[in-house]
Amino acid sequence: MSEENNLPKPERIPFFQRMLDNPFLLLFIGVAMPTVFYTLWGVMEVATLPIAK
Amino acid sequence: MSSFLPPADRIWWNVPVGKQEIIWAGIALVWCLIMFFMMPYWHVYGKQNLSTEAYQTNAEKYGESVEAFVAEYQTGVEEQSGMPIVTPPAGSDIYMLGRLWQWYPILNLEKGETYRLHLGSMDWNHGFSLQPVNINLQVVPGYEMVINVTPDQAGEFTVVCNEYCGIGHHTMLGKIYVKEN
Amino acid sequence: MARFRVCPDSGFYFDRSAESLMKVNAVAGVVFLLIAGLLALGVILTRWQEVHLLPADLFYQVLTAHGINALIFWVIFFEMAVLYFASSTLLRSRLAAPGWAWAGFALMIIGAVMNNVAVLQGNSSVMMTSYVPMQAAPHFYLGLILFAVGALIGCFVFLGTLVLAKDDKTYDGSIPLVTFGALTACIIAIFTIASGAIILFPTFLWSIGYINHIDAEMYRIIWWALGHSSQQINVAAHVSIWYLITGILFGARPMSEKVSRFAFLLYIFFLQLASAHHILVDPGVSSEWKIFNTSYAMYLAVLASMIHGLTVPGAMEVAQRSKGYTKGLFEWLRKAPWGNPVFSGFFFALIIFGFIGGITGVVMGTEQINLIIHNTIYVPAHFHATVAVGTTLTFMALTYLLIPVLFRRALFLPWMAKLQPYVFSLGMTIMILFLLGAGTLGVSRRHWDMDFTGAALSFEYPGTAYMMMAVGGIGGVLGVLGGAMFLIVTVGSLLFGKKLEPSAGLFQGFCGIPLADSVYNVEQPPRLERAEPIEHDHSGGFEAPGTFVLALALLVCFVVYYAINWDYLSSVWPIG
Repeated sequence: MSEENNLPKPERIPFFQRMLDNPFLLLFIGVAMPTVFYTLWGVMEVATLPIAK
Repeated sequence: MSSFLPPADRIWWNVPVGKQEIIWAGIALVWCLIMFFMMPYWHVYGKQNLSTEAYQTNAEKYGESVEAFVAEYQTGVEEQSGMPIVTPPAGSDIYMLGRLWQWYPILNLEKGETYRLHLGSMDWNHGFSLQPVNINLQVVPGYEMVINVTPDQAGEFTVVCNEYCGIGHHTMLGKIYVKEN
Repeated sequence: MARFRVCPDSGFYFDRSAESLMKVNAVAGVVFLLIAGLLALGVILTRWQEVHLLPADLFYQVLTAHGINALIFWVIFFEMAVLYFASSTLLRSRLAAPGWAWAGFALMIIGAVMNNVAVLQGNSSVMMTSYVPMQAAPHFYLGLILFAVGALIGCFVFLGTLVLAKDDKTYDGSIPLVTFGALTACIIAIFTIASGAIILFPTFLWSIGYINHIDAEMYRIIWWALGHSSQQINVAAHVSIWYLITGILFGARPMSEKVSRFAFLLYIFFLQLASAHHILVDPGVSSEWKIFNTSYAMYLAVLASMIHGLTVPGAMEVAQRSKGYTKGLFEWLRKAPWGNPVFSGFFFALIIFGFIGGITGVVMGTEQINLIIHNTIYVPAHFHATVAVGTTLTFMALTYLLIPVLFRRALFLPWMAKLQPYVFSLGMTIMILFLLGAGTLGVSRRHWDMDFTGAALSFEYPGTAYMMMAVGGIGGVLGVLGGAMFLIVTVGSLLFGKKLEPSAGLFQGFCGIPLADSVYNVEQPPRLERAEPIEHDHSGGFEAPGTFVLALALLVCFVVYYAINWDYLSSVWPIG
């Protein structure tokens, strides 16, 4: 009984804790967010400006 | 001392959070949301919202537009600087350009009228800083920015360049006169 | 082969190569701080109009070098030392790829020197921002690129060390909070440096004539992903050092691992979007882009900072209360070691960063309010509160801590060290507050002469603006004096400081740690165990009521100042 109770325990680390314990996932998020929302979105807007008359 | 040791609990995510942090985070979140919605609110109810109308251009093309504008509406010359003074019709498109090291031309406007002000640079980045009103805009070469501006005070106003543009940066001034109508 | 030594005072295990790298990076950082500080004097004494020390060309040259040395070289060198400390030392792990780390350091040194030489030669007075199409000498850009590549290598050594520590099982459970904060800084640094490379490399090619055009607005957008984010590395780094210092000085533990780490996660997600603060009055970007980015997506990174603002002093308060300082709301703070520069430096940094730097930053980063602030001297006033006090003073406080631990030297002129955070904070605060005032009156940043001597037209700022620049100048000089005191203590300690015997009894917080010699006699440190468990009892109301009152005071200042600025904005010409 006690073995059954103990064994599954390591599997129950919550999603957020596993995410916070994963440096490379965080690295991906931390680079992707500003790249998409700041850089790409900003550059796209400037690139698609109309030409002056 | 556990700030630099691994957390005491193996599954620290499930450790209950104190009342104090929850209340503070709640207050802070409400404040953050208020600040966020203040910006769209001001777009609807405020009077100072920068237009995002802008065009790609180049120095030659923009310079031509400004010269055409000056030729059409010039009414005088400022004695000290020899700079043309331009008096455009109320509510029209008006132009100003920044170049090393002047804001050109001098504008003569009427209080309470709304003008479409075109801004552009002939060379480097410049900063359009209207004093003493204190409206500050970035003027970037290759781009023509169009903003709607309504002078609501009469008097003499100065455009200071507040983006570093080389050794003569501190001599780069322009003028906007606003008269009562 | 034994490669570790244990510090008898702190109990930290130092990997030999990590230790050397920390030392050289910290020393290099301090050298660039010295350069930046000397140049600061030239800047402040010129902007103080009654003194007006330097001629225009020299002023712009000095200002360019001051900005780059202070905002890039000083902080990033020091942050490399922090990264190696937070990974190798705090995790008791050997450093990954020390050869690469040394190569990175060499590149950073070469780059920093090359860039300084370019500015010194006089053809590269283009300010730190080097907006195209104003052109600097090719080695100005090349220096920055080499420096960036070197720093990027340092970031990957940090990540590699995390992996190594995990594989070697040098610690149990999750990484410590301080290391997590350093990871946040590292992630932000990687985005920052990549952005820098993306924009500076073509700019370098343009400067040698290989490319004939760089779009000025694209440059501004991408450059600010470097320029602003590099200062966000500082925020993440100094917040984690705050947790470290409260841990070491008071034995404080985070009030909640979950809350503090979640706040760092919000930084990872949103902090870097604030590069948009610089593009709010530029042509060509939409209001949607501006509002989303300038607010870090609904101010979620501000939320994170406000959380740290509670949990950092809160952790200290809880620790102090448990030691019996329980009288009233603030006995825990009154009885803090105010004579210890590690504490006073940390605490002033926290207060000035939060109350001045944080509030002004959010206010000026509001889409519409930026109209009355962009490119005025308000902007440097703001970032001197965040970087020159928040980050720099935190790093100074940490240096006082590291001199005995890392260099095994006693502090030189301890009375001066004791006074230093007070002098520096006082001077800088005076400068910052008066420059904020001058900026509100429209005084420009990066401007040699507020008299406009030689201009074809004329303009006069109000007398108050002159007065504010003068008082700001006095504060700035006092701040430079405080910086000089720091340098005298640090350099003096390394040269003349008493060599410490195996133990000097410097810390109270580390009971039960065996003493040992400062020699590399440990092959593998014992595994770093999890912190000792405590009872989680949150039923008894507020654990840190004093901190809560301080946090509410911050909020009140924030709300009032925010409202004042909207009111000011509503008084300027309607534009749309």
